[in-house]
Amino acid sequence: MLKKWPFILMTLTMVFALAACGSANNAAPQGDAATGTDNKAATELTGNILAVGSTALQPLVEQAGQKFMAVDKYKGIAVQVQGGGSGTGLTQVSGGQADIGNSDVFAKEKLESGADELVDHQVAVVAMSAVANPKVGVTDLKKDQLVQIFTGKITNWKEVGGADQKIVIVNRPSSSGTRATFEKYALGQKTEDLPGSIQEDSSGTVKKLIAETPGAIGYLALSYIDNTVTTLKYDGVEANVENVEQGKYPVWAYEHMYTKGEPKEHVKAFLDYILSDEIQKSDVVDLGYIPVSGMQVKRDADGNITK
Amino acid sequence: MEPIEGKAYMEQNKRSRGMKERHYWEEWTGRIYTSVCVVFLVAVIVSIVYFVASKGVATFAVNGVSLQEFFFGTKWSPDGEPKSFGALPFITGSFAVTVLAALIASPLSLCAALFMTEIVPKSGKRILQPAIELLSGIPSVVYGFVGLTVIVPLLRDVFGGQGIGILAGCLVLSVMILPTITSIMADALSSLPGGLRESSYALGATRWQTIARVIIPTLLPALLTGIILGMARAFGEALAVQMVIGNAPHIPQSLLESASTLTSVITLSMGNTAMGSVHNNALWSMALVLLLMTFIFVLLVRLLERRNRI
Repeated sequence: MLKKWPFILMTLTMVFALAACGSANNAAPQGDAATGTDNKAATELTGNILAVGSTALQPLVEQAGQKFMAVDKYKGIAVQVQGGGSGTGLTQVSGGQADIGNSDVFAKEKLESGADELVDHQVAVVAMSAVANPKVGVTDLKKDQLVQIFTGKITNWKEVGGADQKIVIVNRPSSSGTRATFEKYALGQKTEDLPGSIQEDSSGTVKKLIAETPGAIGYLALSYIDNTVTTLKYDGVEANVENVEQGKYPVWAYEHMYTKGEPKEHVKAFLDYILSDEIQKSDVVDLGYIPVSGMQVKRDADGNITK
Repeated sequence: MEPIEGKAYMEQNKRSRGMKERHYWEEWTGRIYTSVCVVFLVAVIVSIVYFVASKGVATFAVNGVSLQEFFFGTKWSPDGEPKSFGALPFITGSFAVTVLAALIASPLSLCAALFMTEIVPKSGKRILQPAIELLSGIPSVVYGFVGLTVIVPLLRDVFGGQGIGILAGCLVLSVMILPTITSIMADALSSLPGGLRESSYALGATRWQTIARVIIPTLLPALLTGIILGMARAFGEALAVQMVIGNAPHIPQSLLESASTLTSVITLSMGNTAMGSVHNNALWSMALVLLLMTFIFVLLVRLLERRNRI
């Protein structure tokens, strides 16, 4: 008799696993809707929030989600955060599989259709800076020098006043949000991938390669920069929080959390929580982002800046 | 044997009938269980193939990218103006790292397998086999990181240049496929049809002659099976290669220049592109190419197996 138990157990496990797989996508929104109406009368909000997308924003949303669920008022709400990239986040929120789509770029820059239905919630700002291997002997680049380097017209550091060293470009893949931001606001144009350039998607790997490869240049979000690489000034302006907030340093982008239409009550509670001083003044700063509240300039999807 | 009588006989009869019933029941649960699993497996396989194929074909059918551009174009610029979707650099890169990795790993694996089965079977099995099996248990991100930290700087110091590139990729891959090839070869060698080895020794052949003239030629198809399965693994490996190969979408001029493979481009860009966009579909087309290559590898293994039987 005992021999049969493992089999029965396995069959049951499989059946449950299958059932779980099948219902995960369909049942969740129904559950949300049901709890939404049930709790109109009650004061406490309940429901599930699934936030998917940008890996650059993921640490913040995860940390904020943990704190949010620990708040007494919101203990009925479960926040789940997944990575997958900005494209995945935008696709899933626009398709209704996720409640929130995290993205490094404006939705209309990435989605071919359906961007109009999405409501943008800008929760933080990320600034990027060009960085180089410490031995190249350059600490400041003009915009057109940077453009010529990234388009392959300047191939040696001595042409911009540095060491006699071949330039190695460490880029992001052409679909990356960080690269899109850097190209749009630092270079002012799209660049093609040059033969011999290196592409990596993880900021950690990019930093490691720039620190180790002679003559390497790339770009990183401020939170990733440390003293193993040289931060290059842009047109003489240093990349730091004050310069970004005052609008002097242009290479930055919003971190977006998109919802399809206006957010439901419990989702709105979470978004409001992220925008509250509690998160903006502590977690956002700790994790290396810049709070949106401190920004003295605003920017729209076309790059127009208003004070 | 003495006949069993009375109560004892009845007792045993009852027990054996109970056993029979139980066996019958066991037989049926086993059968139902396995059938359910098989149906589930087949459904999964069919749906994966269907999904990848429908997505992959969309690039050509819906977005109107020509087959010629995809397979023979050398310019990959999915976000540029005008967009172009030439996947040849990635296809070349995939084949280059796979073939080179197999060239490096196969002789090493053959020697390890021979050592384990022909030269010192006892200590070979006890020490070498677990060590090699350990290699296959290491996650590929670890291989990638070791490659990035050890192999890339080493190549840079020895040969100059970036260090990153096809050579680094195939070195990492060759270590990764070593256990696959070795264990399949060792299994083949230890299953050598009886008497062949002994007959060879009986004719006065030395051990080396036996290995070179009898064992290897007899088992060649099985040994090749090991190599092909190793290549299949190398062709599909993504993460480790992506970290050390550089991923520039160009056909490199040297082994030490940044290059890409199909898998590295897929992992690099899939998350950043929106489902249904041309860029995303083009990545699925590459996945389809990978899938078809896997079919070809499996087909080759089947053919070799058939030859092996004769």
